[in-house]
Amino acid sequence: MKIHEYQAKQLFAQYQVPVPDGRPAVTVAEAVTAAEALGGYPVVVKAQIHAGGRGKGGGVKLAHSAEEVETLAKQMLGMTLKTHQTGPEGRIVKKLFIEAGQKIEKELYLSLLMDRATATVVIMASRDGGMDIEEVAAKTPERIIKVHVDPLMGIQGYQLRQVGFDLALPKAALKGFSSLLSNLYKFFVANDCSLVEINPLILTADDQVMALDAKVDFDSNALFRHKDLLALRDLDEEDPMEVEASTYNLNYINLDGNVGNIVNGAGLAMATMDIIKNAGASPANFMDVGGGASAEQVENAFRIILADKKVKAVLINIFGGILRCDVFAKGVVEAAKKTGVTVPVVVRMEGTNVEQGRQILADSDLNLTSASDLADAAQKIAAAVN
Amino acid sequence: MSIFVNKNTKVLVQGITGNEGSFHTRQCLSYGTRIVAGVTPGKGGQKMDEVPVFNTVADAVKETGADASLIFVPPPFGADAIMEAADAGVKLIVAITEGIPILDMVKVKKFLNSKQCRLIGPNCPGIITPEECKIGIMPGMIHKKGHVGVVSRSGTLTYEVVDQLTKEGLGQSTCIGIGGDPVNGTNFIDVLSAFEADPETHAMVMVGEIGGSAEEEAAAYIQAHVTKPVVGFIAGLTAPPGRRMGHAGAIISGSSGTGEAKIKAFKENGIHVCENLGRIGQICKEIF
Repeated sequence: MKIHEYQAKQLFAQYQVPVPDGRPAVTVAEAVTAAEALGGYPVVVKAQIHAGGRGKGGGVKLAHSAEEVETLAKQMLGMTLKTHQTGPEGRIVKKLFIEAGQKIEKELYLSLLMDRATATVVIMASRDGGMDIEEVAAKTPERIIKVHVDPLMGIQGYQLRQVGFDLALPKAALKGFSSLLSNLYKFFVANDCSLVEINPLILTADDQVMALDAKVDFDSNALFRHKDLLALRDLDEEDPMEVEASTYNLNYINLDGNVGNIVNGAGLAMATMDIIKNAGASPANFMDVGGGASAEQVENAFRIILADKKVKAVLINIFGGILRCDVFAKGVVEAAKKTGVTVPVVVRMEGTNVEQGRQILADSDLNLTSASDLADAAQKIAAAVN
Repeated sequence: MSIFVNKNTKVLVQGITGNEGSFHTRQCLSYGTRIVAGVTPGKGGQKMDEVPVFNTVADAVKETGADASLIFVPPPFGADAIMEAADAGVKLIVAITEGIPILDMVKVKKFLNSKQCRLIGPNCPGIITPEECKIGIMPGMIHKKGHVGVVSRSGTLTYEVVDQLTKEGLGQSTCIGIGGDPVNGTNFIDVLSAFEADPETHAMVMVGEIGGSAEEEAAAYIQAHVTKPVVGFIAGLTAPPGRRMGHAGAIISGSSGTGEAKIKAFKENGIHVCENLGRIGQICKEIF
């Protein structure tokens, strides 16, 4: 689960990770009040969306007066901000963050993330802050510092010092940096983060280190023990169909093709999308109803997919396993009747009682086509849309 | 022969009295698995059908000599259950539980380093040696005894592959789902090396998916150490980058973990690549 920069910075402050003074605003008037309250100009007006690259897209601007804040806030609120992370459709800006301007001496990069290969938290840092870190990693990998933290021991003093020295920080800033990194690690672990990224981390003219930006992603599987964090979720930043699907425990991702598909199990769902593409059609979504797949799950999935206007045909691919195919087929027929299917539906199922299941589909007077196997299903679904 | 489990494996089930635990315990029993004990804290002394239930794994091991555990507990208690089994001396731990927090799993992984045991999963379908022992939630009837070893990161996708193999007359020595989570116990290389050493396994199928670098590492291992033929498949070639596709592991960031990179690694290391899942059974038939 992602949160906004301003929310991340409020959490940082609670953990004594230094951040500039700032406040959020949802109207132009609030933006001006916030700027005035900061007690001096320049201030920075920052669009709050769940995507990086905001500066390049025109979502981060400097203002030297209340009038400039007003003009910028008017421009930004309601604008569609496009960055390399939003996709071509962009995001509508609904919130701003007004922050006190800083005298920047140096821009650095600092992040903490889960490293799957070593099963540790890894600290990544670089002197080349403020730019695209993936580019730095690709072109000058030697300029990326990596330190692995033993999850049972936690971060140690020598590791804090190592990162500080490798970043070539002035002596006067080292103590402040060690404290910042140590507190950031505490924040990461205490809140089950999967990523904390500060780009840039700045060194000010008076040798202070400070998080000028903040990107935080939490492990969704751990949210059960962080009820307070759930309040930070911003549904405006998520696809409404994906939000609805998540309330039924469906794993759904909206894509841009026209073949809706419903599959049990994430791996099989991905492979089914591949098969649709191989057959010359294009998937409208990823939909995993769960390995166990109950008839009720399939019904909810069906409804969500049929509400998607770009869907011209639906492929249902269920490897029944322990769920019996006759029970499943009855569920599909029920769901199809309730939702009023208007597009062709190809059903491929496998598992116990598959013959009875196919008979149930054939006996229904619905526009349902049975497929004998995956290859057959791919051909039939491609024929339905092409 | 087979790997990790056989008809002599004695299994206990953690979370045996829950819905899933009891359902799948019965499925495993009817397949022929020797389930000798169950564990549910506070329900020690009861029975689930004929299976005695204990309060702790340590009690269950002491009384029954169980050497493998099948875990169904809810995700908040998953890490605790794995460590309890390891501490009680269980040699093989199969964790079906989906949704264990990743920070819990990194601690578990460190903890297991000091124990003599193998963890399969979490978030996996389990392990089966056909017609001998099923420790997991896979449908038993699609499997057939034979000589192909199957290892996969997925659940239902594995069933699809196994089903096609069986329909082509290719039986399996052992099938293992290592799980879709970013941090898990047994990895591809552990399984591949065991298959290589197992005289009953004559060929292998490896089913991977986008995200991470486990498939690339396995491909390099195969080139260096595996003499038996391997067919490989990668799911998610058409998935858009940066989106999490259900499995926490299946996410591409930057250029690492893409389907293309994995296919390339397979081809360069002598693995037969199946590009169309609908044909994986036929392809194996042709090659093996």
